[in-house]
Amino acid sequence: MGDHHHGPAKGFSRWLFTTNHKDIGTMYLWFSFSMFILGGTFAMIIRAELFQPGMQLVDPEFFNQMTTLHGLVMVFGAIMPSFVGLANWMIPMMIGAPDMALPRMNNWSFWILPPTFLLLASTLFMEGGAPQAGWTFYAPLSTTYAGPSVTYFIFCIHVLGLSSIMGSINIIATVMNMRAPGMTYMKMPLFVWTWLITAFLLVAVMPVLAGAVTMMLMDVHFGTSFFSAAGGGDPVLFQHVFWFFGHPEVYIIILPAFGVVSQIIPAFSRKPLFGYDSMVYATASIAFLSFIVWAHHMYTVGMPVSGELFFMYATMLIAVPTGVKVFNWVSTMWRGSLTFETPMLFSIGFLVLFTIGGFTGLMLSIAPADFQYHDSYFVVAHFHYVMVAGAVFSMTAAVYYWLPKWCGRMYNETMGKTHFWISFIGFNLTFFPQHFVGLAGMPRRIPDYALQFADFNMMSSIGAFIYGASQILWLYNVIATIVAGEKISDEKVWDGAEGLEWTIPTPAPYHTFETPPKIDPAHAHS
Amino acid sequence: MVFKAKRLGMLALGPVLLLMSVFAMAAGGEVSEVNMSPGVTEVGQKIYDLHMVILGISTIIGVLVFGVMFYSIYYHRKSRGHKAATFHESTKVEIAWTVVPFFILLAMAVPATTTLLDIYDNDDAELDVVVTGYQWKWKYEYLNENGENVSFFSNLRTPQSEIDNTEAKGEHYLLEVDEPLVLPVNTKVRFLVTANDVIHSWWVPALAVKRDAVPGFINEVWTNATKEGVYRGQCAELCGRNHGFMPIVVNVVSKDEYSQWLAAKQQEAAEIKELMAQTFTLDELMVRGKTIYETNCLACHGANGEGGVGLPIAGSAVATGDLGHHLDIGINGVPGTAMQAFGGQLNDVDMAAVITYQRNAFGNNMGDTIQPIDVYNHKKG
Repeated sequence: MGDHHHGPAKGFSRWLFTTNHKDIGTMYLWFSFSMFILGGTFAMIIRAELFQPGMQLVDPEFFNQMTTLHGLVMVFGAIMPSFVGLANWMIPMMIGAPDMALPRMNNWSFWILPPTFLLLASTLFMEGGAPQAGWTFYAPLSTTYAGPSVTYFIFCIHVLGLSSIMGSINIIATVMNMRAPGMTYMKMPLFVWTWLITAFLLVAVMPVLAGAVTMMLMDVHFGTSFFSAAGGGDPVLFQHVFWFFGHPEVYIIILPAFGVVSQIIPAFSRKPLFGYDSMVYATASIAFLSFIVWAHHMYTVGMPVSGELFFMYATMLIAVPTGVKVFNWVSTMWRGSLTFETPMLFSIGFLVLFTIGGFTGLMLSIAPADFQYHDSYFVVAHFHYVMVAGAVFSMTAAVYYWLPKWCGRMYNETMGKTHFWISFIGFNLTFFPQHFVGLAGMPRRIPDYALQFADFNMMSSIGAFIYGASQILWLYNVIATIVAGEKISDEKVWDGAEGLEWTIPTPAPYHTFETPPKIDPAHAHS
Repeated sequence: MVFKAKRLGMLALGPVLLLMSVFAMAAGGEVSEVNMSPGVTEVGQKIYDLHMVILGISTIIGVLVFGVMFYSIYYHRKSRGHKAATFHESTKVEIAWTVVPFFILLAMAVPATTTLLDIYDNDDAELDVVVTGYQWKWKYEYLNENGENVSFFSNLRTPQSEIDNTEAKGEHYLLEVDEPLVLPVNTKVRFLVTANDVIHSWWVPALAVKRDAVPGFINEVWTNATKEGVYRGQCAELCGRNHGFMPIVVNVVSKDEYSQWLAAKQQEAAEIKELMAQTFTLDELMVRGKTIYETNCLACHGANGEGGVGLPIAGSAVATGDLGHHLDIGINGVPGTAMQAFGGQLNDVDMAAVITYQRNAFGNNMGDTIQPIDVYNHKKG
């Protein structure tokens, strides 16, 4: 053990000045959960307005602000930071490193987030209201036709990008340089692999998003015409630049989720992950393909037919590596010795619902059919199957899976399972009917709708309230665990779990792996 | 093992057939509430077929994968005493489930490609219609016709009171317009889609057309409706406050009926031209102005000129002030606000009428009139 041994500082300064990966991970997780609640509140307002036809609660401008902020807060505030938090906690513990490679930058990349979201939320109270052009903020609605808050919004996006880039550089540096001796790349846990690839995606595309918003800034304040045909620009250019960021972005969100379930399913199947190598290759293939499919979000903008064909074929190809992943997870379960604790339930929920989201994704890739699906509720249903049942379910699974290791206390299993079932039912009640209304012709982002969509929308709203309420149960369970959960001290919380994080004491001490662990060369990846 | 796989396959077939029959039943009617409708065009039918094929393939794969998973969940649980196997790879199986999906995709790419090429074949249209998206209405202009040009705006007709829930909602709530697009049946119609302000998207599911309206660019798309009827759609691209309130109604009629309609519209256009040169009394302008106000101004300025999104008109400095300034706002709008430039949207007669109306309604009592010639002169500068 080292000669210089110290625990956490006391008081608020512990959190403000900390460079400890576990502290920073904890802050990321709590921050993202609070953003999840905030973004969820926006969603509840949307669903309450859509509960029945007619305008009841809010006016259309505020409705548009809600859809915009819901998307932005969920993507940039809830999902992305939650996985960064998980990466902070778990990557050093999984590769046998004492901390992240760049601890001070780690502190900074977290602490610029809260003020940024405070600024973004404050636009709600500005004259003209918050941004209301959707989370995809297409020009010129977001430039020439936007309110004054767009400038604050642009600043927020810049800072969020900065935070993501710093976080990613840190993860790349950590994984490349700080693996314990013997922890070769092909022995790394899949969560580390998926995050390494995700980090590269982030470093590649966040500057592109920064470019897009910078061009917006120039158009709004400095008289340029990047996105205005009147000055020689092109509004569609915005969409190309945005989606060149935006498509990899959706894989940035889902790849770490793949990593999480690839840890959890083997643990509760008591069987090694099936096809580890192909999982790594599939992840890399998906990452590569994510760069050449962006215009499938734009089939209706009037691209030349050759462009449509290219993007259609490339997009269809994604089904191959994604299919490999699903088959691998199912094969991992096949002939295992399965138990169904909460993390496993959420992982199976992920597997089923993400696969459904994958199917609708495949349907959307078919350009001619997309002319009917595009910008309808079918798309809303599709991406919530991937974002919520994909990313959020896996994140939920991760918290239940590693929480006992983090705090040395066991969560309430019955409450956890109840949380799963209510979430599962609420989620499906919310989003499954949206496939129907979308196919029947309901466009997305409308505050009011024709009468034939009324029944399914009411169902959707009831489901959303159920799903939303079930998250309170989750919050309660986590707090109750931290404060008064049953104490545990087994290093291995789950008997089927494999990996370095289960070799350290429970709860995980403030400093771990100050001396690198010995990796058994014969030991396969975990 | 072979036997088991077969049995699984049979098991898979049940739910697939069930799901497909539910969809098929739903598709029996003209418009389904749970599924895409094939609509009234050949392309729409092809798109619908593609949709059903890929939905079917996805469902079969889903039932197989989930079948295996649930089999495992049931039979391979620890509580049944199942001991875990140790296998963790199989090159043969992994290659198979990489290659087989690839060929399934290849098989789907073929019909998708032919349909796409068909959709992009804009040649030989018999009729061209320019569709322009405005915040928040559509403008239709018929090209290639002899005689007067026909062009008009199509506004939401649903009254604000239905939206505000103070009145019962009608059957076509939010999907009704003051003046629908009229098209002849069995005619290849080419739309030239563009926008005046932000991006909109012109979507009529039954015609299988969705194309973005991009300001400064013109997109081409075509349809050929094989059945007469009224088809409804909506703007599909978020375009600001009233994105949900700019519906599309297309009236597909027989070719004869279409020619009659067109002739009547041309007649109307010719009459407007004549009206431009006339002088109207205050009363005439007030009557015309009221209807123009209700379709163009009411949503923002209120039924009694009390304001809302827009400023009040009753007793306002503009409506009771300098006539030229008032006219200028009507024609050129107020940049940076929701007040649009109506100069290109209303003809000179209607503009004269609505400005006059605003100055002499809601308690305003200026007594002055604006004549079409005043509007014309103002526009010329």
